[in-house]
Amino acid sequence: MSAISREEVANLARLARIEMSDAELDHLSGEMQVILGAVARVQEVASADVPPTSHPIPVNNVVREDAVIPSLSPTDALSGAPASSEQRFKVPQILGEAE
Amino acid sequence: MSIRSSAAEMAEALTKKEISAVELANQHYAQIEAVDKDVHAFLHLDKAGALAQAESIDKKRAAGEKLPPLAGVPLALKDVLVQKGVPTTCGSKMLEGWRPPYDATVVTKLKDAGIVILGKTNMDEFAMGSSTENSAYGPTHNPWDLTRIPGGSGGGSAAALAAFEAPLAIGTDTGGSIRQPAAVTATVGVKPTYGGVSRYGLVAFSSSLDQAGPCARTVLDTAMLHQSIAGFDPKDSTSINHAVPDVVAAAKKKDVKGLKIGIVKQLSGAGYQKGVENKFNDAVAELVKLGAEIVEVSCPNFEYALAAYYLIAPSECSSNLARFDSMRFGIRIGDDGSKGAEEVMNLTRQVGFGREVKRRIILGTYALSSGYYDAYYGSAQKVRTLIKRDFDAAFEKCDVLVSPTAPTTAFKIGEKSEDPLAMYLNDIATIPVNLAGIGGMSLPCGLADEDNLPVGFQIMSPAMKDDRMYLVGGALEAALLSKWGKPILDFAPRLAGSK
Repeated sequence: MSAISREEVANLARLARIEMSDAELDHLSGEMQVILGAVARVQEVASADVPPTSHPIPVNNVVREDAVIPSLSPTDALSGAPASSEQRFKVPQILGEAE
Repeated sequence: MSIRSSAAEMAEALTKKEISAVELANQHYAQIEAVDKDVHAFLHLDKAGALAQAESIDKKRAAGEKLPPLAGVPLALKDVLVQKGVPTTCGSKMLEGWRPPYDATVVTKLKDAGIVILGKTNMDEFAMGSSTENSAYGPTHNPWDLTRIPGGSGGGSAAALAAFEAPLAIGTDTGGSIRQPAAVTATVGVKPTYGGVSRYGLVAFSSSLDQAGPCARTVLDTAMLHQSIAGFDPKDSTSINHAVPDVVAAAKKKDVKGLKIGIVKQLSGAGYQKGVENKFNDAVAELVKLGAEIVEVSCPNFEYALAAYYLIAPSECSSNLARFDSMRFGIRIGDDGSKGAEEVMNLTRQVGFGREVKRRIILGTYALSSGYYDAYYGSAQKVRTLIKRDFDAAFEKCDVLVSPTAPTTAFKIGEKSEDPLAMYLNDIATIPVNLAGIGGMSLPCGLADEDNLPVGFQIMSPAMKDDRMYLVGGALEAALLSKWGKPILDFAPRLAGSK
C-alpha cells in the first residue's frame, strides 16, 4: 500500500474545504497512515467477480406525482441563514476580487 | 407513579387518569434537574413545548377522546433529528444556535402519537463515535459509573433512560449507535430494518447506513415506540413500502419454542472481554431452556466488515457534510468583508468541525478520489456484498442470529479517545447489521463478573422481519427478570439526588 504524505493530506483538506494548521496536518497524516493501513484489508477479498453493493435494500424508480405541494416560506427558509437580504441568502463574494 | 416504571405502565396510569401527562412530564423534569448535572444526557430541554403537548393530551383525555397507546408518555430525542423551532446541534459547534424550520417525519409521528418530547440528547458530533466524547458540548457520563462512557453515538439517549430521566428515547444507528449505548447502560435499543423508519429530517451522516430507531428500558416499551415511528414515508426515497411487522404482539408472545437461533462464530473470541462472553453464553443457555434450538453459523467475511464500514461511512460522510458550507445555515466564521466565500467556508469548517469529523471527511475524500476509488471505496462495496451473502446463508439455517452487542463493557472516559482504531473496534459486532440493512436489537443480559458493568445481548433478524427480534428479546428478558428477581437497572448505584 502506498504511504500517504503530508502534502496529500493537505491537498485532501483543500478539496474538502477545511483550513488546517500545520499541527493538525502533522497529526492527521500520522493517523491516516494507520487507519488506511487497517482498512486496506478490504482488498484481500474484493475480487473482480464480486458485484458492489451501494445500498442494502434496493428500491428502484422512486417517483412522485408532479404536483405542487406547500413548502417552506421564504422567512422560514432563511431563518437559519448566517446572513440574508431581500429574501435571499447573503454570501461572501464568490467571484474574483472586487476592483 | 414512579419514574422507574416502564412506559407501558405509565401509559396505563395515564389512561386510568391516575396521573396526568403534565404531572408525569414534571416528574421527569425534576429528575433531570436532580441528576443531569452529573450525567449530562441532555443538550437542550424544551419545557414549554413539552408541557404544552402534555396539557393538550390531558385535555383530549378529559374530553373522552380515544388516544394512541403512548399518549402523554415522555421521551428524549437524539439531537440529530430536527424538531421545528427547537435547537438542533448534532453535537457540533457547526449548528450552534440553529433552530430547524421543519419537523423530521419521526418527530411528526411522535407528536401525532401524543408523545411528550422533553428535550434533545447529547451525542458524538454528527453521530461519529462510540463514546459521546466527540460531542462539542462535553461528554455524557454513564449512570452506572460516572467516570465511564455511556456508549455512542447515542450516549445521551441511553444515559437518559438508565438515569430515569425519560422512559423512552429515540436514537439513530449507523454502525451501532443505538445498540452499543444500550449495551453499556443496560437498556434496550433497536436498529430497525433499513428503510423501516423514515430518514426525513435525520441529519445525514452515512445515508446508506443511517437508521433511526426506538430505545427504552424494556422490550415491550421499545416495541410500542417502534410501532409509533415506523412506516412508509414518501418524503424518504429509501423508505420501504412494506407493512410494519407487529412488533408489539411479538414482544408480548414470550414463546421461542422450536425457534432456530444462530450463534455467529466470528463474533466472539479474541477481543471479547471474558465477562461479556460469559453473560452472553448464560443468556443463550436461558434460550435453550425456553426451548429454542441453537445452531452455530459461520460468517467468514465479517472479518472485513469493520474495514469496509470505515471506508463506506467516511466516504458518504465526506459528501453529506459538504452541505455545512456556512452559506445557508449554521455558523459562519471570518466573514469580515475582505474574504471570499471559499476562504470563509474553509475557516468555518476548521472551527465548526471537531477532530473525528475532520478525520472521517479526509479519509472519505481520499477513498473517493480518482486513483484510489476502486482500491478503497469500490473494494468496500464488494465486501458489503459478501457480508450480505454471509447473512443470507446464515438465515437459511436459522430464524435469528445472536452475539454480544459490544466486545467490552463501558470503558473509562478518555481511555480510547486518542486511539481512533481502538475506538472503532467497539463496533465490531454491530456493523455487519448496518452493512446488510437488516434489523438488530440489544438488550441487557447481565453484569460482567470482573467489573459489575452491563453486558448487551444482540439479536439480528432478516430484513423486514423485525418482529423476530422482539419475539426472542421479549422471551429472554422475561426469563432473565425472573432469574434476577428485579430489573437490571435496580442493581445500578443510585445517582446523587435521584428521585
